Amino acid sequence: MTTTAPGAVAASALTGIAVGSGSAAGPVARMAPMPALPEPRAVAAADAPAEAEAALSALRDTVADLELRAAKASGAAAEVLSAQSMMAADPVLADRVRDLVLGGRDGAHALHAAFGEFRAALEAAGGYFAERTADLDDLRDRSVARLLGLPVPGLPAPGHPFVLVAEDLAPADTALLDPGLVLALVTERGGPTSHTAILAKALGLPAVVGCGDTTALTDGRTVLVDAAAGTVQLDPAAEAVASAAAHERRRRERSARVRGAGRTADGHPVKLLANLGALHELSGAAAADSEGVGLFRTEFLYLDRTEAPGLDEQTSAYRQVFDAFAGRRVVVRTLDAGADKPLPFATSADEQNPALGVRGLRAAARDPELMETQLAAVAAAAAAGSADVWVMAPMVSVPAEAAGFAARVRAHGLPFAGAMVEVPAAALRAEAMAEVCDFLSIGTNDLAQYTFAADRTLGSLAGLLDPWQPALLELVRMTARAGERRGRPVGVCGEAAADPLLALVLVGLGVTSLSAAPACLPEVRATLAEHTLDDCRTLATVALTAENALAARAAVLARAG
Amino acid sequence: MFQRSVAVGSSSGLHARPASLFVQAAARQPVRVTVAKEGGDPVDARSLLSVLALGARRGDTVVLSAEGPQAEDALDELAALVALDHDAAEQ
Repeated sequence: MTTTAPGAVAASALTGIAVGSGSAAGPVARMAPMPALPEPRAVAAADAPAEAEAALSALRDTVADLELRAAKASGAAAEVLSAQSMMAADPVLADRVRDLVLGGRDGAHALHAAFGEFRAALEAAGGYFAERTADLDDLRDRSVARLLGLPVPGLPAPGHPFVLVAEDLAPADTALLDPGLVLALVTERGGPTSHTAILAKALGLPAVVGCGDTTALTDGRTVLVDAAAGTVQLDPAAEAVASAAAHERRRRERSARVRGAGRTADGHPVKLLANLGALHELSGAAAADSEGVGLFRTEFLYLDRTEAPGLDEQTSAYRQVFDAFAGRRVVVRTLDAGADKPLPFATSADEQNPALGVRGLRAAARDPELMETQLAAVAAAAAAGSADVWVMAPMVSVPAEAAGFAARVRAHGLPFAGAMVEVPAAALRAEAMAEVCDFLSIGTNDLAQYTFAADRTLGSLAGLLDPWQPALLELVRMTARAGERRGRPVGVCGEAAADPLLALVLVGLGVTSLSAAPACLPEVRATLAEHTLDDCRTLATVALTAENALAARAAVLARAG
Repeated sequence: MFQRSVAVGSSSGLHARPASLFVQAAARQPVRVTVAKEGGDPVDARSLLSVLALGARRGDTVVLSAEGPQAEDALDELAALVALDHDAAEQ
């Protein structure tokens, strides 16, 4: 499974949370951090015009750089960059910077204050207007860095393939990431479900997140990132790099050899399905070797709008998906609004703890029309195509909710209704859940968050959110057993399903399908094909009886070899 | 001074692409145009940040103002742009 035995980590290595797959060696290129603002500096009136010109020139350089990058990009990335360049080129912003400098501020503080005024106004406008404040902060930091002669924050472009090292990565940072140039990702913060982790899986890149202090990883230093072991070795020996490369080659060859329906070495079927969250991912997901979609997130239809999309619009979007997966299964998850996905028409802004608030299926109870329209659209699209359409609800806590949901789904003529198991209460009463619906699907990311009372967006709690936590695996086991007793399929659609080693454990616990980013499926398929169901069951026992998450992973790794 | 009141047509409001298109069109006009939410302070229509900061959502009325001989043509063009549902036109 790996080149590095647990415990055999070289002294000059960082450890973190392993994400994605494989290993890669190469020179480090760091993402420059936000520039620190120097102490305010008095600017003599005579020098003010030159100071203002320097600040405005830094703004113009930021615009020119964004325009250049927009010209090189395409699609959504190009649009994001053009919009950013237009913001930086704003004539009123420039006037304001000039006025502030002529009023006595130094350039850096004038830029900071001028962006700050617009930031406050956008924040006051609320909703998706307020989301643009991240763009403004980014533009501010770029402009201030240019003025101060510091490295400009953002993706490095060393001109050769590199290992990207950053404090953390935000979606805006990675819009332009070229998978042909980035060999691996290493971040100081972030957990197993962070944006970086999801990105690494989507691109099939090895990554180690939540490494803590990475100051040793200076630009140009060679590192070996091993995503199986969760280690970053500094200045690795040539033999270590060669052996990792050979191992990586074998891993890729091995993954390429096994195709088709997922099964263990002794033929026990495990459905391998793809996660899908946006229409632009559709062609890639449909082309991937999978038995369908195990998690079709429908939020993309609702985000960035003030009112819910209508029946026709939804129907046509679902039809595109069902047509692309004609003859295959598509598990549709109904709208999961709330928490990290607030929607003005479905969520209230006054919740103290949105992750524990009116979200998922709970929001549907408040606005039944929202779900009725969605189910009607799914039913109409399903009737028009040949996909095997299943529908499931997010954030189900008690069996009565699952029963109510299943009744509504069936009333629309949709034969398969399921409940997601993301709340510990649902896992504890999984048999009653399984009795009232047709299948269960475990969302390991949220289930970990709620089991460990650990906010999944907090990198500092990443250890608790590790999907190898024996307590989480125990809940998976209870749910899978309950499904088995009631003859209901139980899938896993969280990040856990993307880890080939953990996939063996999940199958051993009784899980019947795994849904992950399409890029992760080949290795999961190949790994399953090398182990019998009995092997998986043994590994599941090994993981369940481990003392903690790290020990569980190490023990399974040693055993699965 | 000439004015036009118009309701925002795009489902995302004066945000994202609709806002960019509006600001670009305003910058092309031979006269200076301001835009305000009904009852609010007018801002420079060429300023994307100011336009975004209006927080104008679909159905909100905005008031466009301009002066000079070519003001009416400019206002007509910009008002039509505000009223158009760009998000629907894309699909």
